Amino acid sequence: MTTASATAYRVVIGLETHVQLRTQSKMFCGCAADYANARPNTHVCPVCLGMPGVLPVINREAVNHTIRTGLALNCEIPDYAKFDRKNYAYPDLMKWYQISQYDLPLCINGHFDVDVDGATTRVGITRVHLEEDTARLTHVTAADGSPASLIDVNRSGAPLMEIVSEPDIQTPAEAMAYGEKLRALLRWIGVSTANMEDGALRIDANISVWPQGEPIGDVKVEVKNMNSFRALGRALAFEIERQTGRRERGEAIEQETRGWDETSGATRSQRTKEYAHDYRYFPEPDLPPLHITRERVDALRAALPRMPDQVAADLIQQGAPEADVAELVQDRPLTDYSLAVIGAGASAGEAVTWIVHEFRRALNAQPNKGAAIPISPAEIASLLTLRANGSVSSTMAGEVLDEMFATGKSAEEIVQARGPQISGQDELLSIARQVIQENPQAVQDYRDGKGRALQFLMGQVMRITRGKANPRAVSTLIRTQLDAES
Amino acid sequence: MADELYRLTLHAAARGLRDGTFSSVELTESLLDRIESVDGRTGAYLTVTADLALEQAADADARRASGQDGPLLGLPIALKDVLSTAGVQTTCASRILEGFIPPYDATAVTHLKNAGAVTLGKTNMDEFAMGSSNEHSAYKPVCNPWHLDKVPGGSSGGSAAAVAADECLAALGSDTGGSVRQPAALCGCVGLKPTYGRISRFGLIAFASSLDQIGVLTKDVTDAALLLGALAGHDPRDSTSADEPVPDYAGELNADIGGLRIGVAPEYFGEGLDPQVGDSVRAAINNLLGLGAAEREISLPHTAYALPTYYVIAPSEASANLARYNGVKYGLSDPQATDVDEMMARIRGRGFGSEVKRRIMIGTFALSSGYYDAYYVRAQKVRTLIKSDFETAFQDVDVIAAPVVPSPAFDLGAKLDDPVAMYQSDIMTLPASLAGLPCLSIPCGFVDGLPVGLQLIAPPFAESRLLQAARAYERARGELAAPVKAIDA
Amino acid sequence: MSIDRSQVDHAAELARLELSDDERERLRGELGQILQAFEALNTLDTEHIPPTAQVIPLGNVERDDVVAGSLPLDAVLDNAPRVEDGQIRVPPVLDES
Repeated sequence: MTTASATAYRVVIGLETHVQLRTQSKMFCGCAADYANARPNTHVCPVCLGMPGVLPVINREAVNHTIRTGLALNCEIPDYAKFDRKNYAYPDLMKWYQISQYDLPLCINGHFDVDVDGATTRVGITRVHLEEDTARLTHVTAADGSPASLIDVNRSGAPLMEIVSEPDIQTPAEAMAYGEKLRALLRWIGVSTANMEDGALRIDANISVWPQGEPIGDVKVEVKNMNSFRALGRALAFEIERQTGRRERGEAIEQETRGWDETSGATRSQRTKEYAHDYRYFPEPDLPPLHITRERVDALRAALPRMPDQVAADLIQQGAPEADVAELVQDRPLTDYSLAVIGAGASAGEAVTWIVHEFRRALNAQPNKGAAIPISPAEIASLLTLRANGSVSSTMAGEVLDEMFATGKSAEEIVQARGPQISGQDELLSIARQVIQENPQAVQDYRDGKGRALQFLMGQVMRITRGKANPRAVSTLIRTQLDAES
Repeated sequence: MADELYRLTLHAAARGLRDGTFSSVELTESLLDRIESVDGRTGAYLTVTADLALEQAADADARRASGQDGPLLGLPIALKDVLSTAGVQTTCASRILEGFIPPYDATAVTHLKNAGAVTLGKTNMDEFAMGSSNEHSAYKPVCNPWHLDKVPGGSSGGSAAAVAADECLAALGSDTGGSVRQPAALCGCVGLKPTYGRISRFGLIAFASSLDQIGVLTKDVTDAALLLGALAGHDPRDSTSADEPVPDYAGELNADIGGLRIGVAPEYFGEGLDPQVGDSVRAAINNLLGLGAAEREISLPHTAYALPTYYVIAPSEASANLARYNGVKYGLSDPQATDVDEMMARIRGRGFGSEVKRRIMIGTFALSSGYYDAYYVRAQKVRTLIKSDFETAFQDVDVIAAPVVPSPAFDLGAKLDDPVAMYQSDIMTLPASLAGLPCLSIPCGFVDGLPVGLQLIAPPFAESRLLQAARAYERARGELAAPVKAIDA
Repeated sequence: MSIDRSQVDHAAELARLELSDDERERLRGELGQILQAFEALNTLDTEHIPPTAQVIPLGNVERDDVVAGSLPLDAVLDNAPRVEDGQIRVPPVLDES
């Protein structure tokens, strides 16, 4: 939708990503941070309620999570960091200031590579800093019939990390790829659930459009309220159109905050009230500064898992298909599992493809999703070996896997109990003939050149043999029979 | 004597309780009667928790009967209303916190309760601890027990007046720029502000977080040492509380001070100091020299900059600390409001008094874009200079002696319309606050029938040395020839 | 240093203080006088002086990530001027976030 103008204009996008960190307790107090299914205002203490005289104490794990993220994003971790007060007056902010980091954040100067259609873009990471979340407001009609806002303080003080990118992104597709890859990375290193639908991952965008060849100015539009990557892409595409249109009509682009409205598919200006904004940052006097030692950084770095990009490169090099690998590394537990299967003797190419497709289907069908995988990687490796040497067919391998999940038996046991694969020519030949006789329409379709007819006939043979036939043998046999008869 | 138990010091009362001369309930009743008879004239208390106090006293008596003892067991103490008290209204003398009943105790209050002290109630103060005369209480002013037309000082004016009028044996206060020492000097009691970080600030309602420190107001130095011992120590709920060992302040109190080097800085004895106050302080220093201490002249060249430095930093921090009072979560409310932004601004306009608004405005201005570097950052740098003045001085001396206030208590209302003149009364207490140093005020004489104080300042965490010097002086001084207090006349 | 009325209005808006005309006028004079006194700070050379934000040198004060519990719901809401359905109620907020 922007192709016409894309040549005449340059799009500049920077993303600000807020990430709720996965910790036991809140950022500055001992309330449980996991309030997702809790009744409103039951994860609240004087500190996160902003009562008078209370004081914050830094959660070490939240600091560590932020440093882990910085390291994963190739950031520098400066020796010295501090917290500041960011003053703004809003009813969901209990103290009317947010404890955040202003000029000395925990992580600076990183980069993150994102791929779109085979091309890699390096997006600079300006900073990663730590702050606290706000309470949640909902807007209701109260019991007395008048409109009201209700405050649930559970979210107040939850640890929140902000990742600020450089304005290196040029298309909605790049922004979406950045978001998706960042989500996978955050999950990979275990610092966040990064679920957008729960608000654990929130992406705001700064976007501006400039005529090609002209310098890039300061004015930008902040776009908020995108609740999915699709919404992020749509909102940015809309803004590119809107801003390009204004440029073409010679109209100025105002610095403002706009909210994405999913139903109308448009962004809208959010300036509801003309209050001056001046955050009046100053150092938080209640919190001594942090001296981040090299020992601490090194220990956190050493304990990080290998990054998904590295793991993917290895798997591809070992012969796994790129598309399957890309899908696999979205899921750290499944990747770790796959690596263990490969370590137990399976070939990388077969293991990755089979796990991404067949194994994941079976896993997702399990009633208690999210629990540890009950089958040892060695068992899967041996199933893959049976499949590779022709002892079980692909179809049968799937059935064996289901049975492994259901009974906990080993692949060998199950295969033995089922009897060996039928590859005897005589037995298969009679079954093939029977199938050809019973399905004249498919035979006709085959002769008319419809490839699917062969699949259908093969399926009939597999049904009768309950998957025990060797598919390659069956395919050859049917074709020989049909070609001979014609 | 039994009818005047309320006049005892902590340590004398502790002896009486230990000897079985009287019970904590008798002692507490004596104090409650005293409050009943004089508080109408001093205005020292905002809330008297008589039932709670008697309950705590009975409990202390029971603990003693079962063989327990402790330096504060059964001793009635008053709490400045800046300290959070679970189940007891805590207002900071502000309308905006009217009706606020915290669900938690300040750590200092917890320490007192654990020690078995009896809490008599909450003392009056300048609203949010902002003021030097206690006339900025939203509820009522406090009168100086020595002369009821004079101010008691502030902001811990209620605590100082309560000690001076024998409405408690001792009281807790808070000192941001002199709020313990200055009223202690004007009311003739001992006022100790320990090192920043020595006593937990958890539950101390914040005025200026980098300066606030809980202090004690007592009838003598021994009591100050006893109370400090009960309150000092690290608190994991206050990240700025110091993890330093707590010495036995009371046990070390009577050490010899021979050879102690006393620093005297001309900057504290210049223009603006009432000559009679100066003479009184000078006489006190001579007293110390008579005990074998040595005088050294020192220079604290940035003393004059403490006033502007403080009045940038403290209001800036206050402007954020007081932002949370907006009528949403607690305190003053406006149930008829239909617009939330209007409601919050109106509550703040109505709920804060003029001095608090003035400081919020100063602080907001000093932090605002375009002025931050010129005011706030500049003040922080000058704070460094003031702090290093002291560091340099303490290479040559052990304690510094100075006046607390330039002149004795002034008339109620005299400076109310002149904030800058009012701020001037803090000039001698601000530097040690900005440097976070332990310091105290001890009565050293009378000028025009009103008490004045000697200020002693020590290096960080040298409270023991500070108290030893003060105790030595107190012994050498003996009983001051004091006029009769108006409250006793 | 003199302060004009718009500076007073701006600071009052940032601080969310509803002030009467009289208060604004009085504050204009007082702030001018107080800021004038601050000018003394500019007579010192502080170019190479580091700022002091905290007076006692502490650092790395962090706590373990352990849940310490929360208040009972009543204690959260007891002091709130208006409560509805277990939440703190305020007049309607136009949502910006």
